[in-house]
Amino acid sequence: MESIKDRVAIIGMGCTKFGENWDMSPADMIVDAAYEAFEDAGIEPKDVQAAWLGTYMSGLSGQTLAKPLKLSYIPITRVENMCATGSDALRNAAYAVAAGVYDIALALGVEKLKDNGFSGLPDTELVQGLNFSENTYRSRTFTAPGHFAMMATAYFNTYGLTPEEGKRTLGMIEVKNHHNGSLHPKAHFQQEITLDTVINAPIIAWPLGLYDCCGVSDGAAAAIVTRKELARDFRSDPVDIKALQIAVGPQEGYISAEYDWTYVEETLRAGQMAYQEAGIKNPRQEISIAEVHDCFSITEMVTYEDLQFSPRGRAKDDIEAGFFNLDGALPVNTDGGLKCFGHPIGASGLRMMYEIYKQLQEKAGPRQIKNPTLGLTHNLGGTPGSATTSVLIVGN
Amino acid sequence: MGEYKVVGIRNFSVYIPFYRLGRGEIAQAWGRKPLSGEKAVANHDEDSITMAVAAGMDCLTGMDAQSIDGLYFASTTFPYKEKQSAALIAAALGLGSEIFTADFSSSLRAGMSAMRSAVDAIKAGSAKNVMVCVADMRTGYPNGGSEMDFGDGAASFILSNDKVVAAIEGNHTVADEINDVWRSDKDTFVQSWEDRFVREKGYLRLLTEAVWGILKKYDMAPKDFSKAVFYAPNPRLLNTVSRKLGFDNNGQVQDSLYDALGNTGTALVPMLLSVALEQAVAGDRILFASYGDGCEAYILKVTNQINRYRRGDRVRSQLVSRKSINYQKYLRWREIIPVEPPARPPLDRPSAVALWRDSKGGLGLYGVKCLECGAIQYPAQRVCIRCHTKEKFVPYRFADKKGTLTTFSHDNLAATTDPPVTVAVVDFDEGGRIMCDMTDKDPEKVEVGMPVEMTFRKIRFSGSIYDYWWKCRPMRTGNPLK
Repeated sequence: MESIKDRVAIIGMGCTKFGENWDMSPADMIVDAAYEAFEDAGIEPKDVQAAWLGTYMSGLSGQTLAKPLKLSYIPITRVENMCATGSDALRNAAYAVAAGVYDIALALGVEKLKDNGFSGLPDTELVQGLNFSENTYRSRTFTAPGHFAMMATAYFNTYGLTPEEGKRTLGMIEVKNHHNGSLHPKAHFQQEITLDTVINAPIIAWPLGLYDCCGVSDGAAAAIVTRKELARDFRSDPVDIKALQIAVGPQEGYISAEYDWTYVEETLRAGQMAYQEAGIKNPRQEISIAEVHDCFSITEMVTYEDLQFSPRGRAKDDIEAGFFNLDGALPVNTDGGLKCFGHPIGASGLRMMYEIYKQLQEKAGPRQIKNPTLGLTHNLGGTPGSATTSVLIVGN
Repeated sequence: MGEYKVVGIRNFSVYIPFYRLGRGEIAQAWGRKPLSGEKAVANHDEDSITMAVAAGMDCLTGMDAQSIDGLYFASTTFPYKEKQSAALIAAALGLGSEIFTADFSSSLRAGMSAMRSAVDAIKAGSAKNVMVCVADMRTGYPNGGSEMDFGDGAASFILSNDKVVAAIEGNHTVADEINDVWRSDKDTFVQSWEDRFVREKGYLRLLTEAVWGILKKYDMAPKDFSKAVFYAPNPRLLNTVSRKLGFDNNGQVQDSLYDALGNTGTALVPMLLSVALEQAVAGDRILFASYGDGCEAYILKVTNQINRYRRGDRVRSQLVSRKSINYQKYLRWREIIPVEPPARPPLDRPSAVALWRDSKGGLGLYGVKCLECGAIQYPAQRVCIRCHTKEKFVPYRFADKKGTLTTFSHDNLAATTDPPVTVAVVDFDEGGRIMCDMTDKDPEKVEVGMPVEMTFRKIRFSGSIYDYWWKCRPMRTGNPLK
C-alpha cells in the first residue's frame, strides 16, 4: 500500500466570511470561495480539470458547483460524508491528481444552514437513518448536543470530575476559541468571552451550555491541488499533503457495551493511520498546529487525547497549562474553530485547511504562530459511538 | 356453579402511572375551594395502549408469552378509531402471531365483557390462556367535576383453566340503554346528564339490580364475602351503594382509591380487583361488579395459588413511586391548550412500510444473540458487530431485561411536549446495549450507574400515525412473584 505523502500540494485556497450570510445563496458563496482560490493559485477557472464538491444538504450533484462557476463539461462529483464532507472532497481531489489523471483539481465545500429557520440541523429521516436503529421512525429523540453531552457525562464520571470542575475545564477551551476567533475577520463570532459567561450560560443539553456548542453558520471554502512536482510552477510556498485518512465506524459504540463514551474510536483510528502515513512518531511534539472538530467543547477535549496530544484522562492538565493556546506549545483552533469561526458542515474541513495553509505560509496576521512545520485538521461526523472522522496532515 | 370452577384468574397486575395531579392544584388554578386527594396521570408519552402493555408485561411475569392463546383489550380511549389496538399490544408483549385478538370498547364495563368472553372461550375449549388488558385515560372538561374525578391507569389478567388464583364461581349481567355518561364521536370530553338522574336512575339502580341478581341467582348474602369490589364514580356513591346493598364499609368493601388514583374508568374495577386479590388469602370469596350501560357482577373464590404472589406489594409500591405535576403541565400534556411549538422542523410522516418491516424489533424490542460469539445486540444485525459472522443469530428480547445507565444527558433542544428529553445509554445486565430516551424520571436524581428497566411508549404522532417504541425508566418496582 502506497502513501499519499509528498505527492500532492495545495497551491491555492479561498474561504468566505462564515456566519449568518442572509444575503448570500450557496451559489454566491461558491463563487467567492472559488475565485479567491483561483486568484491565490494564479489560475483561471478553465484550468480546473476535475472538481469535487462537498455539501451535506445544500445541493445535489456536481451541477451545484458547475452552474455558478460555469465549469464547462468537466467531471464533478458531489461528496457527502457528514462533517468530514469538506475534508473528503479534498482527499478525493488529491487522489485524482496523485493518480496522474489530472494536473489541477478543485475541492470546494459549501453549506447554507441559515435558510432553515431554526438553530441546529434538521432531524430528517435521512439524518436519523444514518444514526439510529434499522427503522428510523422508531428511535430516540435526536439532537447533536444531547449526544455529545452524554460523552461529557461519561468523561466527568470516569475521570472523577465534578460537574463544576468539568464545566470549568470545558469553559477554558471556549474562552481560548473566542480569543482566537476575535483575531479573525472572517470568523462568525469575533468577541472575547469570560469563563463565567461560559459556565453560567443557559443549558442546551446538560452538562453543555450555550457556549459549549458551536455556531450554526453559512460558508464556503475551496482548495486547488496539483502534483508536488508541478506545485512550484504556481507558487513558491505550496503546502504539501502528508496524510489523508478517514475512519468510518460501524456504529459499534451504539451496540456494544465495550465502548465507554469517554473517547471517539474513529478519531483514535484516523489519527493512528494518519501519523503512520506521515511518518509521525510523537504527535504531541511533532505537530505544530491543529484544527480539530470542536462541534462541542467536550469534543475538543477528548480529541486532544484521541489524537495523542494529551495522555488519556489528562487533557485537563494541558488545558489549564495553556498548552493549546495561541502562544502554547501546540496551538489548537487558532482561527476560533467551529465554535467561533462557524460550522457550515460541508465547508468546515476546507476552512480548517485554509487556516493551516495560511499559518504554514506565515500569512496568519495577529494569529500567526512561530515556525510551524506540520499542521493537522480533524473532522468528526455523526456522534460518539457512531462516527465518520477525518485526519489530514500537511507541511511545508 | 360447578361448571365455572376450573376457570378463573391465573395472573393479575395493575399499572399506575408515575405522575399525580393534586385536586388542590386544579382547584387553585380555577380559584375554587381547595379539595383533597390527587389523581394518577399518564405521562405525555403514554396512552391506553402503552399502559396496557405495562400492565400486560407485569402480568406475564413467570409465564411463557407463547402460551397465551388470545389477547382482549378493553378501553374507551383508543388511540385509533379504526385499527386494532389489541394486535399492537400483542406485538409489544411479544405474544405469538397465531393468537386471537379483539378490542372491547365503548362502555365502562368493557373490561368485564372482555373477561366474560375470555372465560367463555376457555370453557368452550377454544383457548387455554387468554390475556385481558384494560386501560383508560379519559379527560373531563377543564374546571369540571369529571376533570377532578378522572384518573389514568391499567390492569391485566390472564384467564385460564390452570393454576388459577381465583376461580370464577358465578356471574350475572344486566344490560341497559341510558344516556347518563357518554362521549359521542364528536366529543373530546366526557358528557353527562344531571347528576341526580345519573345517580338515581343510572348508577344506584343498575348496580343494586345486578348485585341483588347475582346474590339471588347463587343463593348468597353479603356475609358470604370477605371482599366486595364495586365500581363507583366517587367515594360518596360507593358509601351509598354499599349501605344500600348491606355490605360493611369498614373493610369488607374495597376502597376505591379515589384519593390516590381517581376514577380510572374502564380500568377502575379491574384495578381494584387486583388490589383486593393482592390482599386476599386462600378461601376468600370476592364479589365484584362493574358499571356502564348496564352492570356485570362476578363471584370469585381465592385458591392456594394466591401464595405465588407477594402479598400487598405491587400496588403499594406503584403508589409510593410517584411524582407530582402542576396543572399547566397536565393541560400541555393533554394538548388541551396550544403552546408555542418547538423551534424545530416538523417531523416527517413515518413510513407505514418501514414500521411494518421493523415490527418485531421496534414493537417487540427484539434484537439478536450471535450463536458464534454470544454477543447480544440491538437492533437485529445481519453481520455480528463483534465477530463479524454472517447470519448466525437467534432472536433476543430486551423488553423484560434490566440494565444500568452508562451515560445520559438532559437535552433541552430536542422537540418534546415535556422538556428536557433525557437521552440515555443503557447496558443490560445480561449483555447488550440500547440507546433510548429515559422517561418517568426526576432529572435531579438521574445518575450514571442507576438501575433501569424498559417501558413501551409513544414516540411521536405525525401524519395521523402513532409511532411507538421503548424507553428506559428508573427501576420502579420489583418482581410481583415470590
